[in-house]
Amino acid sequence: MSIQSDIEQKLATGVNALHLEVVNESNNHNVPPGSESHFKVTLVSDDFEGKTLINRHRMINTLLAEEVSGKIHALALHTYTSQEWAKNTNGAPLSPPCLGGGKG
Amino acid sequence: MDVMERIDQVVKSNPVVIFMKGTPQMPQCGFSMRAAQALQACGKEFAHVNVLMDPEIFENLPRYADWPTFPQIYINGELIGGCDITLEMYQQGELQKMIDEAVNKSTA
Repeated sequence: MSIQSDIEQKLATGVNALHLEVVNESNNHNVPPGSESHFKVTLVSDDFEGKTLINRHRMINTLLAEEVSGKIHALALHTYTSQEWAKNTNGAPLSPPCLGGGKG
Repeated sequence: MDVMERIDQVVKSNPVVIFMKGTPQMPQCGFSMRAAQALQACGKEFAHVNVLMDPEIFENLPRYADWPTFPQIYINGELIGGCDITLEMYQQGELQKMIDEAVNKSTA
């Protein structure tokens, strides 16, 4: 199974997601074609209600502990409650460009 | 000094510090670059540690505050998060407020 589908599955089972988008952004980076190194997650869930951003990210980092501790290089996280998502008409922000400091 | 003590000392002795890949002047990762830019935009001085130049900190920082990724931004001795959180807080004006308070407290 691909890392991308692992991420999707772990998030879908770990969180009551109203919207979940996992994008493989590896082709923007200095890695071989077909790599699964850089991902961006947009997750809308009312499980985030009343939680600070750091606690929302900690929830996701825990669910994806195996991935973030070595399988992947970068994970951009954009978390919203349904109310925040309704106000956000632009979608999640764009990820930054690669600057080549590939270590780790 | 043990590496965890070294990290702790940097975190506790600076009101604002970013552990990043590269430096604010020459960032080596897009996430580190954006987080450093948000701190710069707040107009106060901040400390930085280039984790690519310090393999011991690179290896051990994730254990320090149980946060697996870089960059990591600490304000007033506490982890506020990585790039995405720092940017969102900047856009909401919270980052500026937090930095101003931390810097005022340290110079008071």
